Amino acid sequence: MIAREALFAERHIERDSLLHRMDGRVKLPAALLYIVAITLTNPAQWATLALLALPLLVVVAISQLPLLLVLIRSVLGFPFVLAAVPLMFTEPGEELFTLPLVGWDASVEGFQAVVTIFIKSWLAVLVGVLLTSTTSVGDLLRALRTLRVPKLLVAVVFFTYRYLHVVGSEGQRMMRARDSRAAEIEGYRSGGSLRWRARILGFMVGSLFTRSLERGERVYAAMQARGYDGESRFLTSPRLEAWEIAAAAAFVAYGLIVQFGMRL
Amino acid sequence: MTASIAPALVDAAQGPALHIPDGFLSTPVAAAGYVGTGIAIAIAVRRTDSRLDERAVPLMGVMAAFIFAAQMMNFPVAGGTSGHMLGGALAAILLGPAAAIIVMAAVVGLQALLFQDGGLVVLGANIFNMGVITALVGWAVFRLLAPLQRWHAAAMTVAVFAAGWLSVEASAVATAFQLAISDTSPLDVALPAMFGVHALIGIGEGLISAAAFGFVLSTRPDLVRLQLGGGSSGSGGAAAEGDAALAASSMDRGTAAGILGVGVAIAIGVAFLSPLASGDPDGLERVAEDEGFIETAEDAWYEILPDYTIPGVDNEAASTIIAGVVGVIVVTGGVLLGARVRRRGTSSDPPALTEQA
Repeated sequence: MIAREALFAERHIERDSLLHRMDGRVKLPAALLYIVAITLTNPAQWATLALLALPLLVVVAISQLPLLLVLIRSVLGFPFVLAAVPLMFTEPGEELFTLPLVGWDASVEGFQAVVTIFIKSWLAVLVGVLLTSTTSVGDLLRALRTLRVPKLLVAVVFFTYRYLHVVGSEGQRMMRARDSRAAEIEGYRSGGSLRWRARILGFMVGSLFTRSLERGERVYAAMQARGYDGESRFLTSPRLEAWEIAAAAAFVAYGLIVQFGMRL
Repeated sequence: MTASIAPALVDAAQGPALHIPDGFLSTPVAAAGYVGTGIAIAIAVRRTDSRLDERAVPLMGVMAAFIFAAQMMNFPVAGGTSGHMLGGALAAILLGPAAAIIVMAAVVGLQALLFQDGGLVVLGANIFNMGVITALVGWAVFRLLAPLQRWHAAAMTVAVFAAGWLSVEASAVATAFQLAISDTSPLDVALPAMFGVHALIGIGEGLISAAAFGFVLSTRPDLVRLQLGGGSSGSGGAAAEGDAALAASSMDRGTAAGILGVGVAIAIGVAFLSPLASGDPDGLERVAEDEGFIETAEDAWYEILPDYTIPGVDNEAASTIIAGVVGVIVVTGGVLLGARVRRRGTSSDPPALTEQA
């Protein structure tokens, strides 16, 4: 499901909106700082959360992204909320309800803590969705360079992105080949033992590894033939415009002012 | 309390089980994650830069794409669930720890940037858990257990399996601790649940890694032999040289022993913290208070081991910890055995691999 989503995610990068036109070098730091502002929210600070959510609605509107896409992409990480649910029963406080059968007591404070974490996480993911569906990967990588991520790592990430779909579809072809050879008939036990199945997948992974390694060698040879000397060069970035910096700064300042102002 | 969350986590594990989203870690923990990851990547970049020169970028980029694809490939387990691998240990075994850390950082980073698989502010912590820890643990375990193949040919497979299993387990334990310190998930639930669930998931990781390693060993034995022989005994070939450069970025076995020693010490510390805690509340309570998880800690220690008595094995939390201790002892035994073999082996040549499948 995640993989399928990945194929569609980039479709919307070519749209033209104010948010799309903004440089990744201001969008990435602004998004990170805004997520920090969201993360700092204490449990049950509903007003703070509401005020932090407000500008996101505006940004969604500006981005011209399909609302459904934004919503679907923002809920992909929801299963993880399970990690916070036990908090409901361990946080001391006023009793909310008792779970039947097991008899655990849920507290109001615990429940509020879980809901807060849930909303914080959702808002943060929303910021991430807005950033990544309006910024091209090249733009994001250039932003990483301005954030002082080592050049080697940025270059590797770029190559990973370049060969992601190549190696990925090679892997998918192997999966399809395996599935077409291993028919599943309802009511019959199909496939060998668990260990056997894991072993088959291991062989496929090993095969994909050697193929990828050889591909990497070919890529290197081809690059060398074209004059590659090991140095990764990045195109000079266009100058940042004043409105971009102002808009990003206002966005971050709003988040931090709300976060700390509401505590006074 | 611990029993009911496990199946749900197994279901969630099909998706991003270890990818922590934003909002689940407190700001200090997230910042610490970036610091740890930053240091690890800086060291890894320096090592690969000097050893790998101009081959580094294209080779590691395609390797990261491979890990990405390998994580998407799965096999049916039971009842509609499926297993897949994380790949950190296998990457470290085949490419060396420095290259593996960079490769895994690229994978986890792209997952966050492209697919919202894990948060942006917690990205440092996610790379640390799924990249740095898996690579270092997997590599150290493999490096120490692999020499046992002098006694039995199957030891190599066992070494890769153990490396894969322990790498996932270490990653899960680290995640549980970060969640607990962030006050997101109580330690007495998160630790046994993550440990227990990933004990199962780790089996898949171990089996797939071992089979993949066996496959590479039989089709491209040059890769593996160079990796173990330290790179200097390579007999040549342009392709093999490139791979040797990747492999040579690994540190020596003494470093592996160091890393594993620290890991084992931490693991034993965690496992034995519980009885000690109720035995000496004064000192430890202060630590817990400083760390800000005093509430959680008290809950955990009283529930898991009430009044120093180890409850029946039907208590899942306790049996998990007992299992953890047993696991630590088994691994320590394996490490000591490995060290003995290593001592004996120093006089002769470095262990060479047999050419069999």
